[in-house]
Parts: sequence; structure tokens; C-alpha cells
Amino acid sequence: MRSPLVSTFAPAPPGFGCPTLDLDPAIVGRGRALAARVADEVDRFAVGHSTVAIERTVLRLCGVSGADAAGVPWANRVVDAAARAGCLHDGVATAVCAASIAHGQSIAATAAAIAQGTIDLGRRSGVAVEAAQAHARAAAVQGLARITAQRRRRQALLAELGSGVQPLCYVIVASGNIHEDVVQARVAARQGADVIAVIRSTGQSLLDYVPEGETTEGYGGTYATEANFALMRAALDAVGAELGRYIRLCNYASGLCMPEIACLGAFQRLDMMLNDALYGILFRDINMQRTLCDQRVSRRLTAIAGIVINTGEDNYLTTADAVDAAHTVVASTLVNEALARRAGLHTDQLGLGHAMEIDPQRPDALLYEIAHAILLRTLFPAAPLKYMPPTKHMTGNVLRGHVQDTLFNLVGALTGQGIQLLGMPTEAMHTPHIHDRYLALEAARIVFGGGGALGSELQLRPDGFIAHRARQVLSDAVALLDQLAAEGLMAGLARGVFADIHRSPDGGRGRDGVFERGPSYFDPSEAAIDAALAAEAR
Amino acid sequence: MSGARRPDLTRVRAYGDTLDDGQIMLSFSLPVPFGDEAREAGRALARQMGLLEPQVYHAHDLGEGFTYLIVYAISPHTVDYTRIAIAKADAVRLDHDGVIAAWRARHGDRRLRVIGACTGDDAHTVGIDAILNVKGWKGDKGLESYPCFQVKNLGAQVDNERLIAEVQSFAADAVLVSQIVTQKDCHRTNLAALIDLAEAEDLRSQVKFVCGGPRLSHAVAVELGFDAGFGPGTLPSEVASWLVQAVS
Repeated sequence: MRSPLVSTFAPAPPGFGCPTLDLDPAIVGRGRALAARVADEVDRFAVGHSTVAIERTVLRLCGVSGADAAGVPWANRVVDAAARAGCLHDGVATAVCAASIAHGQSIAATAAAIAQGTIDLGRRSGVAVEAAQAHARAAAVQGLARITAQRRRRQALLAELGSGVQPLCYVIVASGNIHEDVVQARVAARQGADVIAVIRSTGQSLLDYVPEGETTEGYGGTYATEANFALMRAALDAVGAELGRYIRLCNYASGLCMPEIACLGAFQRLDMMLNDALYGILFRDINMQRTLCDQRVSRRLTAIAGIVINTGEDNYLTTADAVDAAHTVVASTLVNEALARRAGLHTDQLGLGHAMEIDPQRPDALLYEIAHAILLRTLFPAAPLKYMPPTKHMTGNVLRGHVQDTLFNLVGALTGQGIQLLGMPTEAMHTPHIHDRYLALEAARIVFGGGGALGSELQLRPDGFIAHRARQVLSDAVALLDQLAAEGLMAGLARGVFADIHRSPDGGRGRDGVFERGPSYFDPSEAAIDAALAAEAR
Repeated sequence: MSGARRPDLTRVRAYGDTLDDGQIMLSFSLPVPFGDEAREAGRALARQMGLLEPQVYHAHDLGEGFTYLIVYAISPHTVDYTRIAIAKADAVRLDHDGVIAAWRARHGDRRLRVIGACTGDDAHTVGIDAILNVKGWKGDKGLESYPCFQVKNLGAQVDNERLIAEVQSFAADAVLVSQIVTQKDCHRTNLAALIDLAEAEDLRSQVKFVCGGPRLSHAVAVELGFDAGFGPGTLPSEVASWLVQAVS
């Protein structure tokens, strides 16, 4: 018996799966019910609020793009103008589209004129609200059509080229220059990579705008821009066509521009996006109200775009103790799942991230790792799950690191993880060199080629260390969810339940950009996204 | 019975399995297509590095006109080990209790105020957390566990300007800056800028400035204007020992 695996994401090769772990269905059900309560409360808050990032996303969907000479996007200028004019609580679309009708210009041209100050949003346009909103709706539907067209294109390419098999091997490129990244990515694809994640500059998550154009600088990566997405997409399509395998592209829909980047990623047919409901709050000190609103809208867009989201629970244990706090990862994946479902994401889009950062010199480290991996796989049998190797315990001894990564890959093979992020031997020393990626891919091929069917061959001892540990972590996770459901997610985050990091509901970056929706609030994409998601759910 | 020869420390060569065999392993990629020419280019490059008898153990076609090589060769070069001098953060290494005792002997109940941050765009708090958090690193407790330290950890992505303001409002005795991201040497620019700011604010002589990270050393730190620098693998107690001896 092996767990059922994802069907539409990428096929599993024969025998690829996870040994059966018996969990008490009542405990699992209770965990999910509690996570649902936590998520419902967040969702109630999110639907009553909007943010500057959400409003900019609305503008982008309606066709606004471009920036001024200083690089400030028109979308930012227009949202600022709406705030100054006192109409932001109505949503930015109504006033902008009224101005578009009044001036007889496209929405994009109107936005540029508002940004340049030649149209004043504070002055009444005399256009009926109904007419303005109909205009906005039509534009948003066009924007959404761009996204669904890209989704259809992906499906066509997957059918034509083939999608690769599980686990999809995921590697990063991070040269800091998009043109070098393209070279690195093409080489990685030739060496067997299935997913190319373009790492962005570490500072970008805190930028409250999306930079424009192709970029050749950044720290630890280069900027995520629509132009960079397009450049990399074209390169991967070309090399994929040559190799006869669709190469997936991944970037970040996180930080202060979470929904906006999700929209741009969807426009440019990204296939995966790092999109966690809690990561920015914990690790970038972004205000929790801001992120909890932004994650909902970003996930609604990734849902209709067919993008697989990757969550970031793997990071919790870089700051908290990997064994003591393992249950926090499990609790968080359940919350992330519940929030993602409320945003309309399908199971095969849930690349819930997990990795346990266990010190490899700890006795039984590998057994703990296997226990946690089986637990996650068993809790989410149909989700692609993204399995990430430890980074905290990479030492600079690149050969030891290669061994650690290989053991980690073996755990991935044994437990049937859908997306395997490949560790680099030089992790913690430098961003990957061209041959670091080759070495990682070659080692992974040996493990998955030789041991991919282990999971369906081996059985767990029902009373053994691994099964016992897995059940213990689950029960601790459910106890934590119990507390979270009682106190609410925001209070829990303030108490530091995840990653040992404490955040207050009104603290952190981007709080100023959150506002309550006014009684006349209008988002022209909302009904169309609802309809698209409802059609999918049928 | 002579046993293995002992090295001449004034003329030390790389060692594989026999004294003075000069064995060296290299691994690198070349932006040239895979083939015999690529292998020969790898050998030629090794010879230009002054290495003898380069042998390409492994060559791999990376595609797109790139070749990966693993090369073994003999290095005829020697170093005089007896003349090696390394700048080290100058302090006697104390244990947990020793640190507390050393500080209290001179300062009684006053606590040494330490502020820590990852500055600039750096979002990686692993290093600063390992040094400051109670849990510490490899069983060596962090500075927060010492009653003689008052610790404030500002976390990631702290601007130099904000750090300086925090140093002033916290009345810090010492600042610990962690820099993990080192792409294009951004850590050096960023660290040097912090010292410039500290000097502009007239803080430089009153506060001890310490930096740490995988690509930092005491020598680099001093070159950048810091009082001390700690490289990879540093334990919290090493930093603690230095602090209680350096802060007057």
C-alpha cells in the first residue's frame, strides 16, 4: 500500500511513494478542523480590508504598467494619488476608470496622466459609478484572460513536451544578473533540472513597489521584474523545446508586493511561486495584517493561473530548534493549507514546504528526518509538497555537504516528496556556481534513479521510533492548533509560537498600507475571479 | 627504523600521502565546449598557476559551451610556516563563568550592553542569532544567557542609519554586525559605511564595533575599521571573552 500521489502536477514513476504510517484519523481531522477555524478568522479579516499592494494589483490587472523616469511604477503613483484624494477606501478602480471614461483615454494612459498630475483624482469626473465600474470590470476580465491564456499555454506545452516525473528537481540560480541567470538556468535544465527558481535580491521583499525592466544587479540574486520573468520564461521554453521536457519557472510572490508579483508572474507564465501566509511576517517583519490580506489576493490569482505555491515552513527551524519545534512546522502547514483552500487553490497546487534542519551529528538525525517527512507526506497525500534540505548545518566542507544533501535526497526518495529542492554543496558559502548545480543534479539522479521505489517496498515498524515520533509530532501540532484556534492567529504570532519569533499585530513594515474597505469598496476582478474559481471547483 | 620524515616548517608543501608530494586538487568550469581541447585547456591553466603534471581526473559536458573539470596536480611551491602571522581578536578564551567573573571583577552589577543586527539587505539572521540567542550554537550558550550582558537583537535588514540610532538610544557598549550575503563584496561596502557613520556621529571611539560572517576574519574587520572580526565556526563564548576584555 502506498499513498496516492498527485495526478495533474507531474506523474509519479512506478513505485514512487511513501511507506504507510497509521495515524488516528480523529486526530488528523481535529487538526484540520482547528486549522480551518484559524483560517476562517483570518479570512474574515482579509475580506474586510484591502492594501495598497492589492489596489496596485487591481490596476495591473486593468492594464496599467510602466514607471516614471525615477523608476516609480505608475501603479504606485496612482494608488498614492487615490489616497491623497481620499478615495482609496472605495478601491482605486472606480475613480481611475471614471477618469478614463471622462477623458476618453485608456486606463493605462489615464493612470500615467494621474501619476504625472495632469488628471486630478480629487475632482469629480461626472461619470456614473455604474459606468466606471463596468469599464473597470471589462478591463479586469481582459487581464484575467491574459492569465488564463497563459495557463492554457502551459497545459499545451506540458502535453506536448511532457512534464518530467516526481520528484521535480528544483535548483536555484542566483548570479545577481538576469542575463547570467539565463545561462545558468539553461545549463541546469540540460543537467536535469525540472524547476528553475530565480532568486531575487534579498532586499526586494521590503520594497513597496515592483521594479521595472531587465536587471543586472542585486544582493544574493537579482530583482523580480516582469521583464526578467519574460526573459527567463522565453529561455526555459526554448531549452525545454530542445530537451523535450517542460522546464518550470519559479519566483517569489512574497514580501510587500505579494499580490502584485503574483499577478505579474501569472502574466508571464511562472509555474511556481514562493507564497507563504506567514513567512514575511516572521522573517521579514512585515506587518501581519498586511500579509494576511495580501496572501489571500495573491493566492486567488495563483489559483486561477494554475501556479503551484511553495510555502516556507522549512525556514522556521533555522531559528527554532529542529526537534523541539518540529510540530510548529506541521501546525503551520495545516494553517497554510486551510488559507490556501479558502483562496481557491487546488490540492495539486499546494507545494507546502518542509524541512527539518536537524543537526546531522545528532544521534538518530536521519530517523527524525524520515519520521517528519513521512508525517507530512501522510497528512497531505495528494499535495506536491516541497522538500527542502537543511541549510543551517552546511559547514563550508563542501564534500560533507554533498553527503548531507545526498542523505536528504534519499529521505525524499523514501517518502515520495513531490518537489525536491536540491541542496548545493557550497550552500552557506556562495550562491551556486555552474558546476555546483551539476554536481547536485547528478547526485540526485543517482538517488532517485536507484532508490525512487523504496517507499513502496519498505514498511514501517508500527511500534518503532519513526512511527512513534511522527505520531508525537502530530499530537503536539494539534495541541498548538488548539491554542491558536482559541487565541487567534494574530495573538499566536505575537506570542512567538512560530520560529521563536514574536510579532505584534500593529508592528512591522507595511502597516500603513492596510485599510478597511469602505461601504462602496469595489474590486473589479473579484466577481470574475470568484466565477472562475467556482467553475474550477465544479 | 627512521619513521616518517618530519616537515621542514620553513619549506612546507602541500601533502597528499607522502611528505612534500605537493598534491593539489582543483575544480572549476571553463566557458569552452566539452572535449579534448577543454581538458587540455584545463591542464594549461593549471600549469599557468605554477602546478606540475596536471591530470584531468574528470571532465563533464555542462552544455551551452561549458565544461566542468576536476584536476589533480603537483604544486612545487613552498611556504615558510614559521613566518606566518595572523591577526586575531586579541583575548584570552574564557568559559561561561569565566566571562561573567572577568566582567564583574571590574564592573560589578553594571551590564555590558550589546546590540546586534544583520545590516543592509542581508536577511540571514542565522549567524547573529547563534551568537546572541540563549540557545547559542553547538552547545555553547549565546550572549543572552550571560547575566553580565544586556542584549538587544535587531534582527535582519537593519539600515546602518537605524543601527547607529539604536546604538545611541540603547547606549550600547558594543555592536555586533552579521553579514552573510557577500555577493560582489556588498558586505565590505556596507560594513565600511557603518564605520563612516559611526565616526560622523562621534561614536567610533566610545563603542566597540565587531563583525562576523562566513567571509569575514579579524584581519578584514580591522581593515574595514572594526575593532574585531569573527569568521565561520565562531562560538558565542569566543565573542563573549573578547567583549569582556575589550570593553573598558
